[in-house]
Amino acid sequence: MLLIKNVKLNGELTNILLTGNKITSIVKDLGDFMDIPSIDGKGNTILPAFVDIHTHLREPGFESKEDITSGLKAAVAGGFSAVCPMPNTNPVTDNKYIVSYIKMRARESGLARVFPIGAISKGLKGDELAEMASMQRAGIVAVSDDGMPVTNSNLMRKAMEYADGLGMITISHSEDKSLAEGHANEGANATRAGIEGISRVAEEAMVAREILLADSLNVAVHIAHVSTTNSVDLIRWAKAKGIKVTCETCPHYIVGTDELILNYDCNAKVNPPLREERDRQAIIAGLLDGTIDAIATDHAPHTKSEKDREFALAPNGISGLESAFGLCYTALVDSGLMSLDRLSELMSKNPSDILNLPCGELIEGGLADFVIVDTDKEYEIDSSKWYSKGKNTPFNGRKVKGQIMTTIVDGNIVFNRETEERI
Amino acid sequence: MRKDLLGLEGLSRTEIEEILDTADTMREHLDKGEINLDYAKGISVVNLFYENSTRTRTSFENATKFLGANQVNIAVGSSSVAKGESMYDTVKTLESIKNSIVVIRHSMAGTPHFIAKKVDAHIVNAGDGQHEHPTQALLDMLTMRRHFGRLEGLTVAIIGDVKYSRVARSNIFGLLTMGAKVKLFAIKTLMPKGIEEMGATICNSIEEAISGSDVIMGLRIQLERQTSGQFPTIKEYFNEYGITMDRMKLANENAIIMHPAPVNRGVEISGEAVDSDCSRIFEQVTNGLAVRMAIIKLMAEGK
Repeated sequence: MLLIKNVKLNGELTNILLTGNKITSIVKDLGDFMDIPSIDGKGNTILPAFVDIHTHLREPGFESKEDITSGLKAAVAGGFSAVCPMPNTNPVTDNKYIVSYIKMRARESGLARVFPIGAISKGLKGDELAEMASMQRAGIVAVSDDGMPVTNSNLMRKAMEYADGLGMITISHSEDKSLAEGHANEGANATRAGIEGISRVAEEAMVAREILLADSLNVAVHIAHVSTTNSVDLIRWAKAKGIKVTCETCPHYIVGTDELILNYDCNAKVNPPLREERDRQAIIAGLLDGTIDAIATDHAPHTKSEKDREFALAPNGISGLESAFGLCYTALVDSGLMSLDRLSELMSKNPSDILNLPCGELIEGGLADFVIVDTDKEYEIDSSKWYSKGKNTPFNGRKVKGQIMTTIVDGNIVFNRETEERI
Repeated sequence: MRKDLLGLEGLSRTEIEEILDTADTMREHLDKGEINLDYAKGISVVNLFYENSTRTRTSFENATKFLGANQVNIAVGSSSVAKGESMYDTVKTLESIKNSIVVIRHSMAGTPHFIAKKVDAHIVNAGDGQHEHPTQALLDMLTMRRHFGRLEGLTVAIIGDVKYSRVARSNIFGLLTMGAKVKLFAIKTLMPKGIEEMGATICNSIEEAISGSDVIMGLRIQLERQTSGQFPTIKEYFNEYGITMDRMKLANENAIIMHPAPVNRGVEISGEAVDSDCSRIFEQVTNGLAVRMAIIKLMAEGK
């Protein structure tokens, strides 16, 4: 048994008793529980641990960027108890053997839960369906060709139907490559910097296609990393019609715009690209009115030398696990735009529900996966101190509020900022 | 003069005038046939051309020679980018050359800026992708100033492939700083989104661009723009959007025609216009040499 004393839950100080990996009771008055092992929450806020449904752990294949252990350290340091690694590994996660390998490596690390996402198509090539059912038996919770769009609409249709038959959702990386032959958002800033632009329509056209497919087939689809005004509007329209579409955005679309590329900082190069202020505002509006269901990191670590080069040649991606909460809390909650409860839903319950994961809630009898955050703590983002191998963020030096103090997964303390226990 | 010349964005009027004034002096030397100068003795000018260039490279090489500086050529080419050679490693080798000015041309925007952050040497951007080509815009401004005696109040029409043009961007930055007005005309497929936010005025027709302008600057239309589907045929392009003597009648009296060359006669401009009395296209080449001499001289003084 473990007692978490003196933590703020829904704004009120309370204590939480764990037995094994379950939350046994939430008690205001300590009374008889005084003698059992305890940790002091010091009046900080307790939340269900975050669930990242869009992560790149890079293993197998790209261990210089990240491996499962370093990625999971980054996850728990960022307050995440569960992550869903995307299948663009090498070899591609398109078969049960790779899924089993990832699950095994995750068990060895023992830090956070790992729910892999399998490929839609063999080798992410967009030609033939991957063995989704066998992969599901090995542990995948959804399918996606993330990083590569499924250009062939008929294959996407088949994927959505086949996955739905297995009770799994298909996640769409929406991008029409023929409109995306650039390196930054098409607009005044890319023009000024002389960088070839990526049209918003590259994303929006495929978002529209997925919505229409989901409607006609009456199956669910999840849109990854939504970044534009029109994508938000399309999804809002679809939801109003009762189409089974959910979507996520990422912290960088909430806090960043394409002004960050003006000095050719490759750490701001990401796909979809950072957009303009009006898009950022539309993303925030979508988060506020429920059009956007979840915040996912799209954690995409790269090595320093891969990002320290000519802008056009640098790979896309931002390392996001360890800055997600600080950036989102500062931009959304501390700014007064939404309650901490709503942010918690966006980072825990909703993403968990989208993929039918057993996570995301802090209730009696529920899994003991939670995070203690100091919402008053102000600090500067400094990726050199991160656990992730990927130090690639355009937000270094940005002042944020809200720091992860303790992360507990399955009843175990897996991260403690003060003692750095278990890390 | 600053450590580097990466672009005209952010340069003040005084900084631009310093370069143009020095270039006027260099032009006087050239006109007198004085090409054994020693303004940059002991300086090494390193050419790092990742993209093919005959004119700009020759211009820099002559400027180097005329000022008494040493020419260093590092063999790189467009192929080294394709081969995945690390820019960082190339840059490291540059650090061993003391008192150097490195002239970089690269097909990717921002590469000179990337290198400038890594080395102590002076960096001159000789064209980075579709971003900036500051020495070209400076020679353009020198040419205009020598013809009109001023830049303030001039109206400059830039016509052609604006989207892919670093010359257009550098001229917009520089000319607006100097108090000129810039009008742009390109067919819509070759007009980059949001360029009006840089302060230029977008025209809806070539006639509108030329009307009331003092300088008509054509930009090269690469033939691959047609094959990649930006416009239907060369013939249609020239008929509808070419700079011709007939259309030049709309320009102000005393207006001049300019072009960064190489010119595609019969595509973006008629041969007649290239060779006309109001053309300054060949004058631009001499002024290019003067501007590059001025930059090397100023950087050498500031070492």
